[in-house]
Amino acid sequence: MIALSDCLIVGALLFSLSVVGIFINRKNIIILLMCIELMLLAVNLNFIAFSHFSGDIAGQVFVFFILTVAAAEAAIGLAILVVLFRNLSTINVSELDSLKG
Amino acid sequence: MEHIIFYCLAAILLFAATMVVTVRNPVRATLFLILAFFSSAGVWLLLEAEFLALTLVLVYVGAVMVLFLFVVMMLDIDLAPLQEGFTKYLPLGMFVAALITIEMIAVLGANHFGLDVVPSPSPHPADYSNTREIGLLLYTVYVYPFEIASVILTVAIVAAITLTLRQKNSKSQDISQQVKVRREDRVRIVKMQSSPTKTKEQEAQL
Repeated sequence: MIALSDCLIVGALLFSLSVVGIFINRKNIIILLMCIELMLLAVNLNFIAFSHFSGDIAGQVFVFFILTVAAAEAAIGLAILVVLFRNLSTINVSELDSLKG
Repeated sequence: MEHIIFYCLAAILLFAATMVVTVRNPVRATLFLILAFFSSAGVWLLLEAEFLALTLVLVYVGAVMVLFLFVVMMLDIDLAPLQEGFTKYLPLGMFVAALITIEMIAVLGANHFGLDVVPSPSPHPADYSNTREIGLLLYTVYVYPFEIASVILTVAIVAAITLTLRQKNSKSQDISQQVKVRREDRVRIVKMQSSPTKTKEQEAQL
């Protein structure tokens, strides 16, 4: 039988893998977006594991909403990326300094 | 049997996630992300979340990942400068990730969430419908958040289209053109004679 701790540990490993991805791919916006998707996947896995083991379907409803928001976020993020590449011909994060931040 | 499948799917999931963050080619990273989503859908099926597992495959793999692939293949990216700092930040990233993992496993490990603490629930009967249960909850208790989610999706569509729309040949306002307009460009004064005969005829008709 699957234990709850197995699911949670897989979620934790997935989350920390995406943290590593954000650290080592800090110049590439596309990979950064993918890492955010992976983080959301890890969170969703935790939600579903708790929903399964506590017998409460509300956790799955929350995953439904997270999927909705993540899809909207990916669409807008990619649209911004396309406009960025059209204007600057690069997606390198270190060259996006026009706001002098 | 069940947990062997679970461990296989989890191993594929973690392998795919590792490849997503380490592989050089963004197209390959996207394809590995698709693999990660597929194996994650398998894990969700094992946890009896059938509706969400199918939604993940249909919505995520079918729509969002295809969008990612389109964008990645459309952009002509010079990959070399994007890779710099890869090895420089690797030790720091590994350190932070190891710290997160150790902390989370200490909290979420088998001592607190093992099978003897949280027993596995009895499987649902064959006529149990996960989709029906989610629908019952979604359209009663969570109907207001559901409506908000649909508004969020509409806003996302409008925002994405507005951002990527080319401004040429579209019905948009050019403020500087509007400010530059002089009176002579728009108003034409026509001098013409009034016709008294016509008014007399109208009076006669009346």
